[in-house]
Amino acid sequence: MSLKDKLHVIKQRYAGTKMAPAFNALHTFLYTPNEVTHNGTHVKAVDDLKRTMNTVIIALVPCLIFGMYNAGYQHYLAQGAIDKASGFLGASFWTVDNLIIGAWTILPLVVVSYGVGLAVEFLFAVIKGHEVEEGYLVTGMLVPLIVPVDIPLWMLAVAVIFGVVIGKEVFGGTGMNILNPALTIRAFLFFAYPTWMSGDKVWVHGAVERDQMIAAGATNLDAMSGETILGAYAQNKTLAYDYWDMFWGIIPGSVGETSKFLIIIGALFLIFTKIGSWRIIVSTLIGALAMGLIFNAVVDAGIISDTSKFYGLMSVPFWQHLIIGSILFGAVYMATDPVSAAQTNKGKWIYGFLIGFISIMIRVFNPAYPEGVFLAILLMNVFAPTIDHYVVQGNVKQRMKRLKVKTA
Amino acid sequence: MSKDIRIKKGLDIKLVGAAQKELKNAAAGQFYTIRPEDFHSIIPKLVAREGTKVKAGETLFYNKSIEAMKFVAPVSGEVVEVVRGPRRRVDAIRILADSAQEAINHGAFNLSGATPGDLKEHLLASGCWPFIKQRPYDVVADPAKEPKAIFISAYATAPLAADLDFTLAGKEAELQAAVTALGMLTTGKVHIGVGKNANSPLSNLSGVEKHLVSGPHPSGNVGTLINKIDPINKGETVWTVAAQDLVIMGELLLTGIFNPERTVALAGSAVSSPRYFKTKIGAPLSTFIYDDGVEKGANHRIISGNVLSGKQVGEEGVLDFYSNVVTAIPEGDDYEFFGWNKPVFDKISSSRALTFSWLQPKKKYDLDTNTNGEHRAFVVTGIYEDVFPLDMYPMQLLKACMYNDLDEMEALGMYEVAPEDFALTEFICVSKQPHQSIIRTGLDLMLKEIG
Repeated sequence: MSLKDKLHVIKQRYAGTKMAPAFNALHTFLYTPNEVTHNGTHVKAVDDLKRTMNTVIIALVPCLIFGMYNAGYQHYLAQGAIDKASGFLGASFWTVDNLIIGAWTILPLVVVSYGVGLAVEFLFAVIKGHEVEEGYLVTGMLVPLIVPVDIPLWMLAVAVIFGVVIGKEVFGGTGMNILNPALTIRAFLFFAYPTWMSGDKVWVHGAVERDQMIAAGATNLDAMSGETILGAYAQNKTLAYDYWDMFWGIIPGSVGETSKFLIIIGALFLIFTKIGSWRIIVSTLIGALAMGLIFNAVVDAGIISDTSKFYGLMSVPFWQHLIIGSILFGAVYMATDPVSAAQTNKGKWIYGFLIGFISIMIRVFNPAYPEGVFLAILLMNVFAPTIDHYVVQGNVKQRMKRLKVKTA
Repeated sequence: MSKDIRIKKGLDIKLVGAAQKELKNAAAGQFYTIRPEDFHSIIPKLVAREGTKVKAGETLFYNKSIEAMKFVAPVSGEVVEVVRGPRRRVDAIRILADSAQEAINHGAFNLSGATPGDLKEHLLASGCWPFIKQRPYDVVADPAKEPKAIFISAYATAPLAADLDFTLAGKEAELQAAVTALGMLTTGKVHIGVGKNANSPLSNLSGVEKHLVSGPHPSGNVGTLINKIDPINKGETVWTVAAQDLVIMGELLLTGIFNPERTVALAGSAVSSPRYFKTKIGAPLSTFIYDDGVEKGANHRIISGNVLSGKQVGEEGVLDFYSNVVTAIPEGDDYEFFGWNKPVFDKISSSRALTFSWLQPKKKYDLDTNTNGEHRAFVVTGIYEDVFPLDMYPMQLLKACMYNDLDEMEALGMYEVAPEDFALTEFICVSKQPHQSIIRTGLDLMLKEIG
């Protein structure tokens, strides 16, 4: 008996039982089911939710792999063990040593994110008797990419449980949630464990540990620094990196968001495959540029002096906002989540624009926690249904007007 | 003023097995069956009980709420069986056909001397009325209502549709009689959509407003025509008639005989030599599908209608009241290893997510009935709009139907749509939601609550 037939027999055995959704989730992972259409359209297009989610994961894989190398690279660089890499293909970047450190620290994040998140999903599917939906496949991949590399695993596990249960399952599961689950998880970490989510230590593997050792009396060690670009700007410091470093992504930051180059490639892939909404991506970037231009104008007009604590980030040329921080990652992978985003095409333009606009506003005005992208997206998630409501009302009004013209 | 219609949003689903332009006469069937379920929302009141002898065109049952609306026998013979479902609902009426056919002759109808009232009465009594459908609700037209216009689409764009230019060729006289009659039933116009590059027998009819239609499916759907020419507002009614049914209506008016003969395309990849057959409404499909066409007993699906909106009937099924195509495609009841992530070349996709149908826009596909994935909640947005040319928000309307919000359904344009308008959005739906049945349920709710 072939594997296919064996699985079919097991499926029949589980059919109707509590565990059926759990088995089906694993089964459909191997084989698309033998389900046929009934009345309605007798044929169907090939795309399903698994394929859609899988496409997003494909677009994220380069960011994950780069993140592993970068974690190792930042670690050794901060220790002073290696030289600074020159550019994307720099010799000291793509080394096995870097990859080993990176994989050692990041793979556990991936495993915990998927393990805990999927366990919660399976649990809910079995209790509520619905199929396991694929939403978490992408969320589980996003989560390790948007946290600091050294985040303790138990914190991540707690946050994932919170995010999946409160962010998604209480609303009815995939497709029903209001907030982006991955960002709900990040927001939980951010507010519950702020010391692990900001500052100039957490972004480089080993830096926190090194500090603790120094505090414990180790005298032969130097502190490791791993300040992000935004952190430096927010404190009006001079930068240790040039624009190309930022673009290629060989800078400290959350695991997967540093390489703007790979994010752009991922964005092009998502737009080409028609899985990601180009409207949201483009409008988010436009919104960010618009806010950047406004701040530049404020600086140019001399309204703000260079002693102000806002001066550093306000005076950043507007286009550079796109390559510092994680606005690009947010625009491409987070804002485009179809469930929590605006659902009408017109609404997507407004939604994206406001995300970009507010992101840069928070970035500039909140020097303590300088990255505002995730807050801006969560905020607009909440307003997305309102935006859609007004867009749809526009269509409804047209219909009413047609009626009025007729009856008048 | 005639208005040309060019549709950009849509999708042509190109399938293998289009019917060759070659006409055969189907063998006469032994049993003919009329199924009241073809006439959605009508409750039949049976006249011809088991054992009754009927002539072709004689009443089998009438509409319980409008007694004048008759539904007639397609052939002469004996009513041998009335199949009943739950609560004694009439499911089917089977007639054993006589070898010598007799038909009721109503006499030629003189249109020029008749009033609209006479005409209505004639159509209702002769069994031709059910060919006239109405929107809102996509049901058989209510003769008491005054339609603001009547729409006919003579442009077939659905996958494997019968080519109306071929099936209706030579029927100009009947078509003209029917549209002239329809013109008397409305104060507005009779709009006909014909293919822009086609040589349609309907393009030279007089007394109608002709529109040249082009673009991908659903440009040939009558719903698209209505939306682009004269959309339905609240309180208004429009009527629609399928082009092939005009012939039966026209023949009745010219000769006085209800002749349910129809040229039907037998198409689909499970048919070895797809072609056209001349047969009758209610005829058993077995009279023509096996005739060097469909392999008997194979694992396939026989559909009365097209693959998007037709009805699954099986080999023992009959031609339903409205269809002019019978489609046979393979069943897809098999598993596919890693079907959700491997590159796909032999199926149609609206995305490019490792699916490559965008590379070969001209290729013809052999699709089976597999759903290609499981049913999910609505997740992906913005894809339905790409294949939906009507000026409304399809997903929002579907959701309004799902939570039974009548006000919202009304505001979003529910009066304008029929289930078939949502066939393409259902076809591409990533979440595999049954759009057409959601819309049908929503329309039924509105019909019941608002009327």
